[in-house]
Amino acid sequence: MDKTKSETGSTKLEAVMGWVDKRFPATETFEYHMSKYYAPKNFNFWYYFGFLAMFVLVNQLVTGVWLTMNYVPSGEGAFASVEYIMRDVEYGWLLRYLHSTGASFFFIVIYLHMYRALRYGSYRGPRELLWLIGMAIFIALMAEGFFGYLLPWGNMSYWGAQVIVSLFGAIPFIGPELMEWIRGDFLMSETTLNRFFALHVVALPLVLCILIFVHLVALHHVGSNNPDGIEIKKNKDANGVPLDGIPFHPYYTVHDIHAMVVFLFIFCAVVFFAPEMGGYFLEKPNFDMADPLKTPDHIAPVWYYTPFYAMLRAATYPLFGMSAKFWGFVVMAGAIVIPAVLPWLDRSPVRSMRYKGIWSRTMLSLFVISFFILGYLGTQAPSKLGTIMAQICTTIYFAYFILMPWYTRIEKTKPEPERVTG
Amino acid sequence: MSDGDVAIDSAKDDNSDATSGGVNTGRRYFLIQATSAVAAVGAVGAAWPFVKYWTPSAKARAAGAPVKIDFSKLVPGEMLSPIVAWRGKPIFVVSRDKQTIESLKSDTAELADPDSLNPEQQPEYAVNAWRSAKPEVGVYLGICTHLGCSPKYVTTDNFEASGQGGFFCPCHGSKFDLAGRVVKGVPAPDNLEVPPYRFESDTVLVIGEEGAA
Repeated sequence: MDKTKSETGSTKLEAVMGWVDKRFPATETFEYHMSKYYAPKNFNFWYYFGFLAMFVLVNQLVTGVWLTMNYVPSGEGAFASVEYIMRDVEYGWLLRYLHSTGASFFFIVIYLHMYRALRYGSYRGPRELLWLIGMAIFIALMAEGFFGYLLPWGNMSYWGAQVIVSLFGAIPFIGPELMEWIRGDFLMSETTLNRFFALHVVALPLVLCILIFVHLVALHHVGSNNPDGIEIKKNKDANGVPLDGIPFHPYYTVHDIHAMVVFLFIFCAVVFFAPEMGGYFLEKPNFDMADPLKTPDHIAPVWYYTPFYAMLRAATYPLFGMSAKFWGFVVMAGAIVIPAVLPWLDRSPVRSMRYKGIWSRTMLSLFVISFFILGYLGTQAPSKLGTIMAQICTTIYFAYFILMPWYTRIEKTKPEPERVTG
Repeated sequence: MSDGDVAIDSAKDDNSDATSGGVNTGRRYFLIQATSAVAAVGAVGAAWPFVKYWTPSAKARAAGAPVKIDFSKLVPGEMLSPIVAWRGKPIFVVSRDKQTIESLKSDTAELADPDSLNPEQQPEYAVNAWRSAKPEVGVYLGICTHLGCSPKYVTTDNFEASGQGGFFCPCHGSKFDLAGRVVKGVPAPDNLEVPPYRFESDTVLVIGEEGAA
């Protein structure tokens, strides 16, 4: 009796899906991207962060929409409305801390996601476009974070934005006009706040969602890389399914839910117990309202920009008739975009760090260490020793990329295995 | 241009084919190119209002009225506080004693542009050792020429050799002397800007209007 019931139930469902599938490729899309997308079975810890980035994005979108309901994007009202959300709106403090902590965690997750690509050569062909789309997402995310940081209209928001907008003034000839165009005024003002609000809540989230969609389409076309850096599509069974692949759903969906729970433990601990993170996630001068006449005594961007900020400050010499200010801009912009050319710099016969030689391993280690040191220096007040250290670390940062065509070719690599090694 | 010519020539050649039901690829290519070019011009034209929308509005442009500053309570060796804004930007007014004025003339070894050679950074009447109309009163735009932070006024020890004060930018460590002249080897490329100003009386300044001292 029961059996027949469930059978009729499933036939009904099949009938409904049949009706839908004739008009919209629902089953086909689900199979292509989930239940028949074969991901390598040897994913490890580093492969959680793509999913976690999506999860944080959803957090940012939902909390962001809710915050917009009480936020007032005006010079008079912005700072007060954030305090209103924090004190008087029911659970306003929670939604705001989820959003501000989410911003920092977004970058933690994205930096780890990018490190994974460096470690296992995920940027190598045929994944060059996947990598380039990812770089575009990274830059859009930096812009999104920057525009969002002005919105509380605190004094650090104000002067931080002033410094970053002034960077464009270093571009020869068009610089000063470009600055005015970005600000819409002769100084940072309510006009600037309003347009940053529009960009932060409408334009860039749209761009990000589209880019992430394209990123996933590209990923599912070329297939995921794995810690061994070998193609699982080379060994297929009689049905054309990769022998070392497992369906993304249910295997990795469940696997990633586990990661999400662990992530939420850490994330919520920060949201509830250290949302300011000692001034690194929410900076102290930002509890004062923006004052166009007074720069905070010590000004530093939020931690996720500090490595690049330290490189900007490391340029202190004029060169080829251009000012140190101009070179600072060039160094910073260069540091942000140079990873985009990685697919064409890496000449190693193998993809993964597991089989690369001593040079690649050393350079990647030095690169990571210098990135951390730069990140620390960027939070500190400028000093003589700090500047010299930043200059050394900036050199290492760029050497990792620029010398790559040589050190990946001369080093001795280990042979790649035929099948993934688990 | 030459592409277009070729396209037209081949279109003539293919005319007989076209009438007999064949495809005139040359003409088709030319028409696609021409249509695309016109569409591109249209797209640029349509984008213009969106770009122009971002430039300072009439209201923002009108907000630059001159500002009066009474500095009668300013004593030598200090900077006027609270800081007054002109066009929303901080104006630094410093009073200098005799000794400082003398050191501005002699202590120039560490400076990048001691003679104010960049004409965009000051009006002509401020091209001198103290970069002001009157040696004892300095008027500067309190915006670092590096990335636009507002420097701090420091009374001593901005310079290791002379112990003189000046302006120190907390953002990236740029240093300026008491005449707003930038020190060598710091990120800021230029001396602090001197705004246009005139003295209405001995103790009242008008910022934003040119005039003789």
